Amino acid sequence: MRFNIYVKNRVAVVGAGLTLFRRRLLETPQEMVWIASKKALEQANMDFRDIDCVISGSAPDTFDGVHMKGEYYSEGAGSYGKLHFRVFVGGGTGVFVPVAGWWMVASGLCKKALIVAEEKMSSAADPHPQAVFRHIWDPLIEKPLNPNLIWIFALEMHRYMHKCGVSKEDIALVAVKNKANALDNPIAQAAAKITVEDVLKSEPLVYPVNRLDISPVSDGAGALVMVSEDVARRYTDTPIWVEGVGFALDTTSWTNRELAFPVYVKTAAEMAYRMAGIENPMKQIDVAEPYDPFDYKELHHMEGLGLAPRCKAAELTKGGVTQRDGDLPINPSGGLLGVGNPIAAAGLMKVAEIFWQLRGEAGKRQVRKPVYTGLAQAWGDLMQIGTVIILRR
Amino acid sequence: MNRVAIIGMGYSGFYAPSPDLSFREMIFKAAQKAYEDAGNINPRRDVDAFISCQEDFWEGIAIANEFMPEQLGGVLKPGFTVSGDSLQCFLNAYAMIRTGQFSVIVIESHGKPSEINTLDSIVMFSYDPLYIRPIDPKNIYFLNAIEARAFMEKEGISREVLGHYVINSLKRGLKNPRASYSRTKSLKSYLDEEFVVEPLSESDIAPLTDAAVVAVVASEEIAKKLTDTPIWIDSIWTTSGTSTVAYEDLSFDYAAREAGNKVFEASNIRNPRREIDALEIDERFSYIPLMVLKALNISSNIKEDIHSNIFEVDGEILLNPFGGALSEGNPLEAHGIARVLIAYEQLKGLKRIKGSKDPERILIHSRRWPFPRTTTIALLSR
Amino acid sequence: MGRSDANRYSNHFKEVIKLSSYLFGGTPLKEEDFKKLVREIMKPKARYSVSAGQAYSRFFEGLKQGKIYGTYCEECGMVYVPPKIYCPFCFKQLDKWIDVKDEGKVISAVVSYYSATLEKLEKPEIIGVIKLDVPGKHFTSYRFPGILHRLCNVSPEEVINQSIFDARVKARWKPPEERIGDINDIECFEVLRG
Repeated sequence: MRFNIYVKNRVAVVGAGLTLFRRRLLETPQEMVWIASKKALEQANMDFRDIDCVISGSAPDTFDGVHMKGEYYSEGAGSYGKLHFRVFVGGGTGVFVPVAGWWMVASGLCKKALIVAEEKMSSAADPHPQAVFRHIWDPLIEKPLNPNLIWIFALEMHRYMHKCGVSKEDIALVAVKNKANALDNPIAQAAAKITVEDVLKSEPLVYPVNRLDISPVSDGAGALVMVSEDVARRYTDTPIWVEGVGFALDTTSWTNRELAFPVYVKTAAEMAYRMAGIENPMKQIDVAEPYDPFDYKELHHMEGLGLAPRCKAAELTKGGVTQRDGDLPINPSGGLLGVGNPIAAAGLMKVAEIFWQLRGEAGKRQVRKPVYTGLAQAWGDLMQIGTVIILRR
Repeated sequence: MNRVAIIGMGYSGFYAPSPDLSFREMIFKAAQKAYEDAGNINPRRDVDAFISCQEDFWEGIAIANEFMPEQLGGVLKPGFTVSGDSLQCFLNAYAMIRTGQFSVIVIESHGKPSEINTLDSIVMFSYDPLYIRPIDPKNIYFLNAIEARAFMEKEGISREVLGHYVINSLKRGLKNPRASYSRTKSLKSYLDEEFVVEPLSESDIAPLTDAAVVAVVASEEIAKKLTDTPIWIDSIWTTSGTSTVAYEDLSFDYAAREAGNKVFEASNIRNPRREIDALEIDERFSYIPLMVLKALNISSNIKEDIHSNIFEVDGEILLNPFGGALSEGNPLEAHGIARVLIAYEQLKGLKRIKGSKDPERILIHSRRWPFPRTTTIALLSR
Repeated sequence: MGRSDANRYSNHFKEVIKLSSYLFGGTPLKEEDFKKLVREIMKPKARYSVSAGQAYSRFFEGLKQGKIYGTYCEECGMVYVPPKIYCPFCFKQLDKWIDVKDEGKVISAVVSYYSATLEKLEKPEIIGVIKLDVPGKHFTSYRFPGILHRLCNVSPEEVINQSIFDARVKARWKPPEERIGDINDIECFEVLRG
């Protein structure tokens, strides 16, 4: 069932590239973007000259230390003299950039677009990149309480644990799985073989969040090449089509709603499913990369996306369903927990992973079952935005 | 392919500091007016997506996108932020509607420079950290001064020509109720002004203003149902500048040329001077419209054209007929949509000039302020 | 930088920089190398005077008087604390104010061991989201008037064993002469025992 038959220019992803994700990279933002773009273009058998549009995304300017940083880092993608704009929806940016790229190509305005996402968190070095998050709060109602960003996650995690009867052990299984998955990911920063006990014994930052529950601070960049249908088959014989996009933005009043369930992720997912003609996501999505900056977030988002019944995502994890050889592999890349979290680039990494999985090019990370439809999802702002993209072979 | 039209606009502000209203309240008021203008639409039911154009550092909030949806009626609906001039929001809305998946989109942009206490420091923060900031200039507009000087020397334009443009533009602004900074000024008083940073004096630089503007954009099908006078967006393009200014030939506005060419090509325009009726050009620095006229090939001899009043009210092509940013003020990223607002009013016949025929096609241009030179150009018609 | 400085600089980092970073996808740095290579370019001054607007101004006035004000929407019945002047769900202007009780129940709570700038706290802080009571109105746990604030007279154990959930709490206000019209006019919310 196709919701809208007027999308004449179908859009395909034909190449993807990522830099290493590390706590500190030597490269400047432009250089990181260049590395990722070059890799993506090489996979697509294209050159910078072939690109007519660059759509980019990056999270808070405060990290890189440059205001109006759109023009600053996108130079590395060859944006000078070409169409370029930067979108920014907080943590949801990584999956949102290809969504914006999708409509630029589907509308006929662009034929071959380079989609880039970059984050250089190490520049905000003093005292620590986390301090930048002091400024996302409502300046009058929340900031005077001197909040620590991890408060919100902890409050949400604890509410989820209480409402759904999920224990810290269940949640820690996600960190264990993702970090183990990341061992097969060449760009991963935080890959490791750990146990549930390691997670529970790691330093408590804001109970119930321990250090190993959180993804690390990173530098990194990612790029995709998106082209229109008529052009796609010149460059590859397995274009991966963008079948659905969805995004939804809730209020900033996160203290006024049920934290145990991300309604905005569900809304965004519904929009994408409708576009892609998906009626039963649990059966029709073969592989998914939901956003996992914290381990409980994977479970939280799985339920929001409809990939698990409410409060039951932990059971799927315990049963091994979400492993790479399971029925619904989740975060085969290693997710943010294993690979790293350069905010915008992390979301794009997930889209790149789905792209490679659908083409069978994920190497050791390739999931066991045959995959045709994949989903990537990101989330951000002040617990507000859900962004979803569905790709299909 | 679907045509795209602006069916409603509303604004709040455009006078000097407005401390009694927070920016959220300003946006709400502008949105209400825009929805009413668009045929009394209900954003909860009738709108498919919401786009905001803002930059974190102008807002003082890391992730300014957070605060966007509530005052537009966009809660739990698709919404996002573009970090750039508000004309780029129109570009996105245009593309989204042409995919056929979206029919009605709301665009919002606002600027509240009165709330920024350390504007100089923030502008410096937008400059390249390795090559430009260490220069540590005494005046943050030094790049614009270099650009102005390069352009003026290349084209043989003196301050007198610049002054001629400035005083005429300020005078034209007197017809615009939103232009709080418009005034009559003599050429002598302009030439007598002290330099802020040579060759720019105080009247060359637009003062700052607070404003919030909201627009409703719709597909052809919906537009025709909701209004008798949809204002079509015929074509729109943006060309990126660069933060590494040393790469550029500052005497020529390359971005305006590129964006202009794309727009003219898409709309089949071969002779812009004859086929376009009016221009709304970014004049946050007085030399920019002159550069753009040259880059768009609308004027081959700037000095002559400015002196012969070709761009004046009874001339061949109008240039900022109701004054531009020099008279209205500079609302930061809301500048582009402010230009669209005045063009919209002209095309709908809400703002008319005695003795001048009503324009049918208006070209909108906006850059980033103060640098890089990223340019967005749109062509509106009725 | 003189020529000799430049040479020393680049010689040191020849070991660090493995060229063809493109092939490897980037050049990771250890913290010591990072500190040597990177120096502070600029500390930007970014100061803003944010106007409270009509809604927040009244709310802060109320806090000064020891009251919590909210606005409510007649159409959907929602009460907003902190107050809004428009209902985001009905997109209607709100001008009805209501006295919200400074009492409510705990929706979620956590124990913070670190400050906002990631310094270890001497004494862990307990933070919670409190769903506030509104006389005569009832809200589900899906959408409700609620605020973020500190919880006092609560031990970390009560948070960890989840007994704090749904506990009834009441605001402990600062003495009237110390209130300035700020969210910190409420010192914290304390659990009603007994």
